[in-house]
Amino acid sequence: MTPLVFVALAAAGGVGAATRFFVDGAVKARIRWPYPVGTTIINVSGSLLLGFVTGVALGHLVGVEWQLVLGTGFLGGYTTFSTASFETVRLLQTGRPWAALANGVGMLVASVAAATLGLWLASLL
Amino acid sequence: MNSPDPNAELPMDSDVEELGAGEGSSPGSSAGALSPGALSPGVAPPAPAGSRPAHLRPAYLALVALGGAIGTGLREAISLATPALGGFPIAIFGINVVGAFVLGALLEALALRGPDEGRRRRIRLFVGTGVLGGFTTYSALATDTALLLGDGSAAPAALYAGLTVVLGAIATWGGIALGMRWGRERQRGVAS
Repeated sequence: MTPLVFVALAAAGGVGAATRFFVDGAVKARIRWPYPVGTTIINVSGSLLLGFVTGVALGHLVGVEWQLVLGTGFLGGYTTFSTASFETVRLLQTGRPWAALANGVGMLVASVAAATLGLWLASLL
Repeated sequence: MNSPDPNAELPMDSDVEELGAGEGSSPGSSAGALSPGALSPGVAPPAPAGSRPAHLRPAYLALVALGGAIGTGLREAISLATPALGGFPIAIFGINVVGAFVLGALLEALALRGPDEGRRRRIRLFVGTGVLGGFTTYSALATDTALLLGDGSAAPAALYAGLTVVLGAIATWGGIALGMRWGRERQRGVAS
């Protein structure tokens, strides 16, 4: 990896993190559920897009640097594991084991399904 | 599915919010839920601080972006230096578990030290939402799991994804316990 690609990857991660912050805030302003639906939307949509970007790169339709900057950088910074895990534990601690299970296991299954869908869509190109 | 409040979009209109706050004439800019609702029925009160929601403030967005760039760069540097263990993405696995631990400690310690405002909020957004949010990643976890499943490696896929979520939750729990001690020590320090 060239230094330029590394810098672009990190900068894209910054844009991704700011996008996550914005999307989460916008979702929370609209949907007032006692369930962290913002993080779920972010992680499932990001997984769908990364599956697609990865599939496109695997098919050699774009260069690997695009996968690094858009996939590892932007979508890696957009999605997050630490917040998802924190929210799962908080749901457990506040006596809501089913919501915690949905947030922990449900988000994982939905994200893997979304990534699979993204990979499949890219294979159609 | 739909938001119960038809006007929930309102706080999103940054120009209106900015005007109201800038003129200093909007009752919403100082008080909380008391007066603005009475003046314009059905309008949701703005964020508790009374000003623009955090996710619309350029300074906060910049803080999160800077932290996110640092966290993402760190994640990639560690990934590059760590060879995959027989197709098992061990770097992302470790990054996610460690990041979950640190975020648990950070958020708990900050919460114990006081309300989410001022310097505490800036630390939470820069280190928590930015650095640790960019450092850890969910899309790579999902895509690597999907790739393992696509290869017919169902057992390694389930092991990787399941271990990440379970150990991540345990790490978060441990981090919260550590953050509780930090927060309490600090409170004692202030008291004495």
